[in-house]
Amino acid sequence: MAKMIKLLSGNEALALGAYHAGVEVAAAYPGTPSTEILESIARFDDIYAEWSTNEKVAVEVALGASYAGARSLVSMKHVGLNVASDPFIAASTTGVGAGMVVVAADDPGMHSSQNEQDSRHYARLAKVPVLEPGDSQEAYELMAHAFDISERFDTPVLVRMTTRLSHSKSVVKTDRERAVPGRAVGFKRDVAKYVMVPAYARLRHPVMEERLVGLATFAETLPLNQVLWGDQSLGVVSSGVAYQYSREVLPRASFLKLGMVYPLPENLIRYFAVQVDRLVVIEELDPFLEESIRAMGISVVGKECIPRVGELNPDIIEDGLRRIGLLNEVVSSPGPGVVPGLPKRPPLLCPGCPHAGFFFVISRLGKRSRAPKSRGKAASESGLVITGDIGCYTLGAYPPLNAMDTCACMGASIGQALGMVKAGTSQRVVAVIGDSTFLHSGITPLVDAVYNGGQLTVVILDNGTTAMTGHQHHPGTGISAQGKETRAVKLEDVVRGVGVSDVRVVSAFNIRDIRAALRSSLDSSGLSVIIVRGACAVRAPRHAQPRVIDAEKCNQCQLCLLIGCPAIRRENKRIYIDPASCVGDACTICEQICPRQAIAPQFEVGVVAPA
Amino acid sequence: MKKFDLLVTGVGGQGVILASNIIGEVALAAGYDVKKTDTLGMAQRGGSVVSHVRLGRGVYSPLIKADEVDIMVAFEKLEAARWSHYLRPGAVAIVNNHAQFPLSVNLGDEPYPDDGEIVGILRRSTERIYLIDGTSRVEALGNPRTLNVFLLGCASVFLPLKIRVWQDIISQRVPPGVQKLNITAFNRGRKEMRRVYLRQGAAEYGARVVDTEDVRGGGRA
Repeated sequence: MAKMIKLLSGNEALALGAYHAGVEVAAAYPGTPSTEILESIARFDDIYAEWSTNEKVAVEVALGASYAGARSLVSMKHVGLNVASDPFIAASTTGVGAGMVVVAADDPGMHSSQNEQDSRHYARLAKVPVLEPGDSQEAYELMAHAFDISERFDTPVLVRMTTRLSHSKSVVKTDRERAVPGRAVGFKRDVAKYVMVPAYARLRHPVMEERLVGLATFAETLPLNQVLWGDQSLGVVSSGVAYQYSREVLPRASFLKLGMVYPLPENLIRYFAVQVDRLVVIEELDPFLEESIRAMGISVVGKECIPRVGELNPDIIEDGLRRIGLLNEVVSSPGPGVVPGLPKRPPLLCPGCPHAGFFFVISRLGKRSRAPKSRGKAASESGLVITGDIGCYTLGAYPPLNAMDTCACMGASIGQALGMVKAGTSQRVVAVIGDSTFLHSGITPLVDAVYNGGQLTVVILDNGTTAMTGHQHHPGTGISAQGKETRAVKLEDVVRGVGVSDVRVVSAFNIRDIRAALRSSLDSSGLSVIIVRGACAVRAPRHAQPRVIDAEKCNQCQLCLLIGCPAIRRENKRIYIDPASCVGDACTICEQICPRQAIAPQFEVGVVAPA
Repeated sequence: MKKFDLLVTGVGGQGVILASNIIGEVALAAGYDVKKTDTLGMAQRGGSVVSHVRLGRGVYSPLIKADEVDIMVAFEKLEAARWSHYLRPGAVAIVNNHAQFPLSVNLGDEPYPDDGEIVGILRRSTERIYLIDGTSRVEALGNPRTLNVFLLGCASVFLPLKIRVWQDIISQRVPPGVQKLNITAFNRGRKEMRRVYLRQGAAEYGARVVDTEDVRGGGRA
């Protein structure tokens, strides 16, 4: 490859770095902000890349590839590492064959997540080294180090990303080419290393402890850990994107920039600390570095001024440092500040979303949504509990649908629903889960519900894609991450196969069928599964015959507004459908629910929709 | 090398991300260090989107500090108001004169601010406010999806980046088949910014017009 200079996101840079470092097998389950790592690497057709069923499987696939002698990469969002923690810690215990790198992308600020855990803590738990880049160039370069460290120390290496690093673009220069270590792929039997029965596992634990000691020594001279001398009255220890914000705020301070955040180079930190008057640690989320440095007996400030909650930015760091007197420069006249009271713009289900019809029906059945006219009257208590899951359909929790009561983690809806039933609630419980999430981690709780029994409705919203993360394929679609046709796993076969006898499949765009299936399921005494099937509106954008509202027939009951469809709008007390947004024939939910038949195809009024 | 901090904002689906990517790539080709970052909500569409694009000799933080944006390109008026606290005093605010109502406004729960209010909010930071009829202009040109490059054409007037490079990068980044349409939209945006909006500003709402063609940074088309 010739010299290249490009604007790459952190995720794209990691993928290119791994490719050049000779990765041969890559596996992942999509999850914001990590998804583009595998998407980027899947474009190289001389490696194998897959969307795995879930993160645990992805780590096992990568581990197997590593055992067999191929460098492997596995990427996931932070909570994916929770799912994968069992094989991840197992990988640390056995060590690797060829190099294995695990990328976990944290989401400080929870742009698109259910928590903001700090994945660096897994380093101590699993006893693995952790690398953290500060921009795309570093993400690219760090991959070569990561694979080398993995092989040299016989350990998986964790690379910690954050949303801001994964999704920021910065300049990447490279003149390297792909280099695959020249060794034959093939598994070499080594029972004491790879078979973790207690007798052999006991032998591995001291090896892991010695490995950490060796890694700490190695970290002292690793070029990823850098001292940048400036004014020595203030020394800053930082890593990742927090380093960039800190440099912005403190352009003259001295910096110890850590590219390897576990284990720490104790001598290097001491050497830096004694040469500065005051030492501050600036890190995002938990005081991971700060507590380790303090445990070395070094006096340091950190979370006294830098929040441990939420995403950092230069303004927050500046305010914090100023508050404890580490930044004395006068504030230039403060700006006008955030404008209060502007209408918010939360994300919405799209026009033509196949989830909208189901949510409308269950919301009405459960007496959750009320026409705007009846607002202010006391809400009637719903006799229906809806346990939810992770995906676009989680948006069904918001008004006007109000159709979700829980959302904890991937696959939790079914187990939670069963638990509520077993607790003896008199309410009917409905678990709502998407197709990709069901395959990820909904099958085992469904087996549990079959096995242990209970009066339960499970609704699988099948839009034929992993929509929320940007339409990745999954086992149900029958297309691989690299675009090859594979065997599709049929949801109804899985559901029947694990022993559910009451299984219905209905169209997501047929309100009558959805209502009938739901009513019948709620009346039945056992476990039933309803698969609500309809293609994601973003993937199947058909705009034939947008619907219009006949003003003469419409009596402003506003029922159609309760679908929450962004195409249905109200202006000056008149409800209308935006023809550019309405998907028309592909949906027709509003037409089906209008009590006065006031909604009809566009052609009846003769207005032409824009292209 | 002068630094430029740009904020590009709009509603999911309007083409904000592509526009900010194009700015970054044009600046990279011109020899700038570039960092850009997008903040998106959780869904694919319909949420508020804001991109920070930073150009300079050496850029550290991908996020711009509050009160430091030099140029804002807003695809939607409410979003311009929402992010206005990022504008430095005297910044350029290029605002597409288009309202896309959030659900709460659609449901009649909240009012959408009127143009006077929006200009008033922007005027807390700057008088250099340009309300651009981008949406209607690109519809007239034949493709509403070219709004992003039309607005880039407007913004290009304030950036010292060569027109040829803008055109090359736009051609590379838009889908094949609509390149010509996009280049036309870019050229039109640039031309209208110089000929019409630069003189006119938001005087209608009390903002003083301070720019003339002399303040522009860009080369001639």
